[in-house]
Amino acid sequence: MGMLIKSGHVVDPANGLDGIYDILIEGVVIKEVAPSIDSIGMEEVDAGGLHVFPGFFDAHCHLREPGYEYKEDIESGTKAAAAGGFTSVACMPNTNPVADNDSVIRLILDRASEKGCVKVYPIGSITKGSEGTRLAEMGFMKQAGAVAVSDDGKPVESADIMKKALEYASGFGLPVISHCEEMSLSEGGAMNDGFVSTSLGLKGIPAAAEEIQVARDVLLSECTGVPVHIAHISTGGSAGIIRAAKARGVRVTCETCPHYFSLTEDECEGFNPYAKVNPPLRNEKDRLAVIEALRDGTVDFIATDHAPHHEDEKNVEFQFAANGISGFETAFSAAYTNLVMTGAISLGRLVDLMSRLPARFLNRYTGGLRPGAPADLTIADLSAAITVDSSKFLSKGRNTPFNGKQLHGRILMTIVNGGTAYRRDK
Amino acid sequence: MIPRELKQMHFGKDLLGIKQLDAEQIQYILEIASGMKVLVQAPNKKSPHLQGKSIITLFYENSTRTRMSFELAAKYMGGTAANISVSTSSVAKGETLIDTGRTLDMMGTDIIIIRHSCSGAPKLLADNVKAAVINAGDGMNEHPTQALLDAYTIYEKKGGFEGLKVAIAGDIRHSRVARSNIYALTKLGAKVYLAAPPTLMPPGIERTGAIVARGVDEAVEGADVVMGLRIQSERQQGAMIPGIREYARFHGIGEERLALAKKDVLLMHPGPVNRGTELTSAIVDGDRSVINEQVMNGVAVRMALLYVFTRGGRYGNVD
Repeated sequence: MGMLIKSGHVVDPANGLDGIYDILIEGVVIKEVAPSIDSIGMEEVDAGGLHVFPGFFDAHCHLREPGYEYKEDIESGTKAAAAGGFTSVACMPNTNPVADNDSVIRLILDRASEKGCVKVYPIGSITKGSEGTRLAEMGFMKQAGAVAVSDDGKPVESADIMKKALEYASGFGLPVISHCEEMSLSEGGAMNDGFVSTSLGLKGIPAAAEEIQVARDVLLSECTGVPVHIAHISTGGSAGIIRAAKARGVRVTCETCPHYFSLTEDECEGFNPYAKVNPPLRNEKDRLAVIEALRDGTVDFIATDHAPHHEDEKNVEFQFAANGISGFETAFSAAYTNLVMTGAISLGRLVDLMSRLPARFLNRYTGGLRPGAPADLTIADLSAAITVDSSKFLSKGRNTPFNGKQLHGRILMTIVNGGTAYRRDK
Repeated sequence: MIPRELKQMHFGKDLLGIKQLDAEQIQYILEIASGMKVLVQAPNKKSPHLQGKSIITLFYENSTRTRMSFELAAKYMGGTAANISVSTSSVAKGETLIDTGRTLDMMGTDIIIIRHSCSGAPKLLADNVKAAVINAGDGMNEHPTQALLDAYTIYEKKGGFEGLKVAIAGDIRHSRVARSNIYALTKLGAKVYLAAPPTLMPPGIERTGAIVARGVDEAVEGADVVMGLRIQSERQQGAMIPGIREYARFHGIGEERLALAKKDVLLMHPGPVNRGTELTSAIVDGDRSVINEQVMNGVAVRMALLYVFTRGGRYGNVD
């Protein structure tokens, strides 16, 4: 059993790779990476004219199982992830029941080993039921396999609980991922606060709703000395607060998502429910500031916040529509188109932002494309121009504002532990 | 009754907002409305324009004048009018807006008049039904038929819009009437001044072409038209304003403030008025008030709209 990937343009900055190489896979690991490897009768993949990257790692997604299988399940979610070039995903605990104890964490891992085609790392909740009042059993959850904790989907409203959570989680070395949203400012809001919300007559969510809690969490991290990670930053203000905090040595990290550096609030025009997401799509100034923050290292990595929903939850009055974007299958193309093709960052930096850096954040980095490392990689055609067609998604969630848009770069094949997790039909 | 010289014009299937109309289309509706007004004032109010057409008012929010004027407009023109209100229909059982719309479609409805507390609900309905949809007010988005009847009232009294100063004072943030009036009146060439406490002024509103005044006095000064907006009591609970007494003193309009406007100013209000809050009783009942005429014009304008939108958004001499 083996596989030889021939003549691909391999990009993996961590291993100093940026050129044409052959990659030999034996069993579940990479055996050799060299300019030319002779075939000895194993399966061959011709990657001539294509790019080969270490498999992407998504540190923030929603697989919806258990409880919301009508939106997505671990089988469909991991298939969609593989189609997006991801070989590992970390899923948020806002399932039903909430993943706030070790038995739900174990259930997710069991389902993933039965049905999952990429590696699944569950994230446990910070508080019981994600209700923001009592700490969840982080120790047991870690023992069961949780890689981080988060109450994602809603904020930990009490600063006191958040401070205790940061301190307590640090005892287990568990990263705390904070969803920042000052509810008294955001409640009832449906999109970014600004001219477009005024023009559509929708209640706006000001940037300050996010930034106030980003600032709070930075200060809590600073006063306790333990790390905090800010989920899905969407505004220039959040980037500014984190940049300044990092400069004075605060142990804060953050992520952003493809929609925040690709799209703006203008997508909501015509009451398009597929552009409804939390935090909301912001304005052009914020979009450019997020790109700058990716460029200068303020943002540590890219996450999808893949949030699949059923059509019936989107095709309703805008105010009632669910928040979220099905993100796995457009993440790389959106990032390549809006970050690399525009010259904001290099292809190597993008590969790092989508694979090594998020994996390292969750302490799951396995070494990238080097001999002995697990054979997790993806093959892409960067010359392909694509028109996003969500009806072709492998995810059950077809909810995306990218539908119909032109992007560049297409994932053709994804390999997890040496096995083919995704291969695009010719 | 309908001016014969009007050429054919296309409006599209639905009337969702003033945003979709241009100045020429607005003028066109006002012309037809002037013909309809003759009918409203006639001793025998009956015309055959809507014979064989069915009109349904689907109201998810309370309304007296808008709903009644649509129903009367339909009946004056011989149409069949029926109404659905939230409490008595399957809406209360949780039927989706799209399903309700499709049901009405299957019953042979030509026009659905919808009022809804969610901005954008009429568009969602329009995208999913064959019937024409007329927006009778959606959330904080638009109230196009109100803006058209307001424009008609100004047109009738002033003969045009170019260069007129129109002051709109009150809760601009939550007002669909304000938004539709801003779009309509700026398109028609008027200068629109807005006055509200900063908590009730929505962000970026100046990008519509309206001018944000520094206070109600600046807005009203030298105005040709002064439009008051209703202050809703629920806004106080949201701490938008400290109370009615302070609002009336600093933002309300009475004789003294109205005297800052031109002598022949028109005082307007979409109703219902909170007497003594946004406007004093003295000026509501005074000789510059056209608030009651607005109501009559509302019927004429809605007749014009029902006529246009039962003909696939087309109107003209195609005999």
